[in-house]
Amino acid sequence: MRKALLLTAWLLALGLSDQSLASAIEPLPFRSDVEEIRFKALAEEIRCTVCQNQSLADSDAPLAQDLRQELFVMIQDGRTDQEIRNFMVERYGDFVLYRPPLASHTLLLWGGPILLLLIGLLGSVIIIRQRRALL
Amino acid sequence: MIRLLLPLVTFVGLIGLLIIGMQTADERKLVDSPLVGRPIPNLVLPQLHQPAKTTSTADRLGEVWVLNVWGSWCQSCRIEHPYVGRLAKESGVPVVGFNWKDERDDALRWLSQFGDVWAYHMVDYEGRSAIDLGVYGAPETFLIDHRGIIRHKHIGPIDETILGDLMARIQRLQQEVGA
Repeated sequence: MRKALLLTAWLLALGLSDQSLASAIEPLPFRSDVEEIRFKALAEEIRCTVCQNQSLADSDAPLAQDLRQELFVMIQDGRTDQEIRNFMVERYGDFVLYRPPLASHTLLLWGGPILLLLIGLLGSVIIIRQRRALL
Repeated sequence: MIRLLLPLVTFVGLIGLLIIGMQTADERKLVDSPLVGRPIPNLVLPQLHQPAKTTSTADRLGEVWVLNVWGSWCQSCRIEHPYVGRLAKESGVPVVGFNWKDERDDALRWLSQFGDVWAYHMVDYEGRSAIDLGVYGAPETFLIDHRGIIRHKHIGPIDETILGDLMARIQRLQQEVGA
């Protein structure tokens, strides 16, 4: 019973915090749910260049508001997600995307985790072999 | 021995990385503009002093010029103001103001207080043209060559060192005009 209560409280807290995050976005007159979902997804994956650890969806910065407005207009104009991403990249560079394209200069970014995993695996194999030899 | 040294070496290495990270933090905040090396977007905007009159970024084609983004709300613009004045006076090229997300009355009051050192001002109250320029903070300073290509962008206030750098760059760009 207590467990269930705790879980409910936790879920509620989670729900509330989620709401407070979404509040950076001003209400916009979307024509359909699809548009709204696309808007939110794009706002989440585009970085606010002023407050660089926040996405457009999180940020209250005036520039983020302008860019959200621009995003909204582009969705209304029927532009595709890729066109909108290109629009942002043409002006602010790859840095504006939280998921930049795989290219020579982003190789370490994308490959880094795999590289670290391989180093870790190699290390473990060596240690396991050494210990086994000791037995 | 290795067993003892390895954690120490890792630790020192990590501290080293963190120190480098701290020292380059400000630098990493600067976003390289993809617009450098590309033509300046054709923006037609009203003038600050004569709102009925518009000017375009294409008007300056054929000469080297500077576009300086500022706002009366921008603290760093106050700091760089004397250097913008020197740039306008000493560089010999037009330094055009780009009054960004401002209120007209505030901008005019700011200019009368600190001095209007710019050739004229293009006004972007809503910030839509600024997006086309990839502006993300004020002050920002663009150097545009005689073919209308953005050749350099400085983000942040101009100081003594930056002023020298900008002057040298402008001089090089002006040599290209004759060539």
